[in-house]
Amino acid sequence: MLKTFPKGGVHPPENKISSGVPIEAMPLPEQVIIPVNQHLGAPAEAVVEKGETVKAGQIIARSKGFVSANIHSSVSGKVLKVDKMPDASGYKQTSVVINVEGDEWLETVDRSKELKKNISLSGEEIIKKCAENGIVGMGGATFPSHVKLSIPQGKKCDVLIINGVECEPYLTSDHRLMIEKPEELLTGTSLLMKALGVNRAFIGIENNKKDAIDKLKGLASSYDGISIHALKVKYPQGAEKQLIKALINREVPSGGLPVDVGTVVHNAGTAFAVYEAVQKNKPLVERVVTVSGKGLDKTLNLLARIGTPVSKLIEYAGGLPESTAKVVNGGPMMGKALGSLEVPVTKGTSGIIIFRDEESRRKEKGPCIRCARCISVCPMGLEPYLLMTLTEKELYERAEKDRIMDCMECGSCSFTCPANRPLLDYIRLGKAYVGKIIRERKQK
Amino acid sequence: MSSVVLITIISLSLLGVIAALILYFVASKFKVYEDPLIDEVEAALPAANCGGCGFAGCRNFAEALVKSDTFEGLNCPVGGNETMALVAKILGREAPEVEPRVAVVRCNGTPGHRKKTSRYDGELNCTIAHNLYRGETDCQYGCLGLGECVDACDFDAMYMDSKTELPVIIDDKCVACGACVRACPRDIIELRKRARKDRKIFVSCVNKDKGGPARKACAVACIGCGKCQEVCNFDAITIENNLAFIDSDKCKLCRKCEPVCPTGAILEINFPPRKSEQTKEAEKAEA
Amino acid sequence: MNKLLTVSPSPHEYSRESTRKLMYGVVIALAPALLATIWFFGWAALIVTSVSVVSCIIFEYLIQKFILRIKPTITDGSAIVTGLLLAFCLPSNLPPGLVILGALVAIGIGKMTFGGLGNNPFNPALVGRVFLFLSFPAQMTTWPLPGGFNASFTDALTGATPLSILNENYDKAGIDVLMSDPELSMPGYQELFWGNMGGSLGEIAAFALIIGLGYMLIRKIITWHIPVSILLTVTVFTGILWLARPEANADPLYHLMTGGLLLGAIFMATDYVTSPMSKKGMIIYGTGIGVITVLIRRFGAYPEGVQFAILIMNAFTPLINIYMKPKRFGEEVKNG
Repeated sequence: MLKTFPKGGVHPPENKISSGVPIEAMPLPEQVIIPVNQHLGAPAEAVVEKGETVKAGQIIARSKGFVSANIHSSVSGKVLKVDKMPDASGYKQTSVVINVEGDEWLETVDRSKELKKNISLSGEEIIKKCAENGIVGMGGATFPSHVKLSIPQGKKCDVLIINGVECEPYLTSDHRLMIEKPEELLTGTSLLMKALGVNRAFIGIENNKKDAIDKLKGLASSYDGISIHALKVKYPQGAEKQLIKALINREVPSGGLPVDVGTVVHNAGTAFAVYEAVQKNKPLVERVVTVSGKGLDKTLNLLARIGTPVSKLIEYAGGLPESTAKVVNGGPMMGKALGSLEVPVTKGTSGIIIFRDEESRRKEKGPCIRCARCISVCPMGLEPYLLMTLTEKELYERAEKDRIMDCMECGSCSFTCPANRPLLDYIRLGKAYVGKIIRERKQK
Repeated sequence: MSSVVLITIISLSLLGVIAALILYFVASKFKVYEDPLIDEVEAALPAANCGGCGFAGCRNFAEALVKSDTFEGLNCPVGGNETMALVAKILGREAPEVEPRVAVVRCNGTPGHRKKTSRYDGELNCTIAHNLYRGETDCQYGCLGLGECVDACDFDAMYMDSKTELPVIIDDKCVACGACVRACPRDIIELRKRARKDRKIFVSCVNKDKGGPARKACAVACIGCGKCQEVCNFDAITIENNLAFIDSDKCKLCRKCEPVCPTGAILEINFPPRKSEQTKEAEKAEA
Repeated sequence: MNKLLTVSPSPHEYSRESTRKLMYGVVIALAPALLATIWFFGWAALIVTSVSVVSCIIFEYLIQKFILRIKPTITDGSAIVTGLLLAFCLPSNLPPGLVILGALVAIGIGKMTFGGLGNNPFNPALVGRVFLFLSFPAQMTTWPLPGGFNASFTDALTGATPLSILNENYDKAGIDVLMSDPELSMPGYQELFWGNMGGSLGEIAAFALIIGLGYMLIRKIITWHIPVSILLTVTVFTGILWLARPEANADPLYHLMTGGLLLGAIFMATDYVTSPMSKKGMIIYGTGIGVITVLIRRFGAYPEGVQFAILIMNAFTPLINIYMKPKRFGEEVKNG
């Protein structure tokens, strides 16, 4: 019996079309647009100016405060401008635009292919290296990793969990990393274990990646304390609270963090980035992006530099098919639809999925028939039909009592609703209003 | 009359009397004292319960009026000066005259002016669309056209124009309660001072981008060039964040700014048409 | 590509479920019972059923288009389900005029006055049925015996239903005595199961209803909680009564297969709109229905209590929904 989380969950079609496609490095674009805010927390502040020459790996924006991250240039060239440019949401934010010239890297970055398994730094030094190199969570949440690794006073951590689940349909970047760079990933895991001061790490992988599970199981024996666990295929197994429940059967309390139950979760891609940062002095300047969709002739797992426009990735994949109606940044369940393709790949861009006309239209919404399917699929035990109605009627206190803030916006409810009700649209709206009320209450 | 009927009448009447006595005693024992003035003031208010005064309903506003010593910060936009004068008489005070206001939509991004660059297929609610992305055009500040303001209006003073895809305010019905201002997630609607004949001069744009991107997104965007500010003799125009703003309290409606605006972002409403240069020459020649 | 990209909030994929598919699934589940009742009651069954279904659809269309002035939603299948379920509660010789009246009350009052699909607190088919029952008690309590297609529609041979016989004879004679009395001609277990007995259109063929239950469970249209809790409660309650005084009560198996209990437990009580949303709530709801049914059957004046039991528990559904919330993930709430 494979482990899984007991409450809720749905089974969208997996569509892992690109799972057999090896990672391919994308040729350099002519220009990169690097936003200074690619992470949760305070935006970084640009430290370069128009006209400056930069090298790949060079810091171009410094983190502001503790919960923030450094941003590094992913290319070598000349800074065209530091200006407000549209990001994936279409809203403009401060970005460093660099015209690419050659591919020169900072001398300190080790670009050799040599595998460095030996860990010589202490836990504290590892955390510092993560901070210096701008490592953030690469599963999409982009939380600054050095903050996650700093256990607050009074809390303890006894096990590290590596999230190799990749439960969203279509996305395969973590899968390919696990197959092609398993030792680097395992070394990264050991580094994270040392940083946290734990001697156990569980790597959770969904059972539709059997080749990755077998490969890692074979190699893990030579690494102290790391065990590989296959998990049942169910969305959202990769959500950290659900992953923790499935692997070690602990429930993170409402409003709390994983560290409250003695664990910390890092994405597999983040573990790989930590290896590169600590062992190779390489900042986070490139990542694997899955380009997939049923209408494409070929699907790819591209290693793209941060700041590459999405249009360039699609061009490399053969261009947008005629039937395209929607392009999504991320997976189909939680990803954000793009209004324009001239937006950059950022640290959190796990995939670009192209949807055809017939896959992109919302169906007509009907009245709630009280079938309670939304309740049975909600992994957090909420009542989405009720939260939508409360938001429509602006009954925000009741929404707060009914735990609207626990919603992680996984989309299982909207996915399931037979009446095609836009449950998540309204729950997000309700969360925004309730969040505002909570902030105002705290200020008083 | 039979004895049954008699007994029935007597017993039920007795029951009624006892119930009435109980109600009377309970009502007088548990009566909450309320200043009778509050009822009087409430009767004078429009009873729209729209929240335009800033209070939750006319009764709460009446309470606040009675409790306060002055009319500082207390005004009913729906009833206007007429209502406030009535209230003043009841309370034996002087009511200051407040200049009436009207809601104005400060965006002219029609499909003709503002090209569409994507198609929105989510729930038709402005706040949801605004939280999701910049909208169907390249202007991230402009009207989304989904009508949350129209839904918020309690006075039937707004409707959505299907050709311009912008909300329209019916001046006669607008009472400046502020509901549409609060509903708009992009702060596009403003309560401006009413002028005679419902004339208005205002910058119909809230785009804070620099001139280049603003103009590229919308043909009638304000580019913050400052030409309007140069010609204003009343210090009514300020430029901040690449955006010009005409203060309706200072503006004297002299019409000097409208013709110098290079993009046509400044709109003048309900004015007689301007005479062209040729007509002016002709008139001079005739005189 | 010249087309504009479409932007909408996540999720961007949807399951294949739809309201219409669920409703038509219920219609398919009712098909075995429909076939059985046509076999037993012939033309009468066809007429009552089709009049009921067509009236429900027409009334819903007329009310939505001309009174409410909204887009008619007759294609979502819910009116068909209401029509079928209403017909299944009626005797086969009910005049078509009364069937139409029942449909008007079911759809017009039971569903549309509350705001249409999803907003009604009471099961519409039962609202129509109870209205007919209370307003036309004579016509609604004469039950034709099955005669197939040969039986005349208007001159059907009528007889008492097993429950009405039990109702008259509680405390007088036990089930064994009643069953062996030739004059009473109580149906045996075989007839109860296969449907060769008097009763309303839908309640006679137990086996057909059970097939319908199986279909709905396999297709995941309903879960087991409501039907099982109703039937289990009835079994236990009547079992206790029967064990205590077998000479005055019928055994649980007889109770399960007579009257509208199976029809009510499988199709009426499981109506999404009027039943609770949480699993714990469903079990409380089902238990309540079971208890009230047996109380009315055994101790009340009416021979059958399912229709009232379900309507009474429908009234409790909103309360059950407020108190029986699902267990939240991470129950303990952190402060600050």
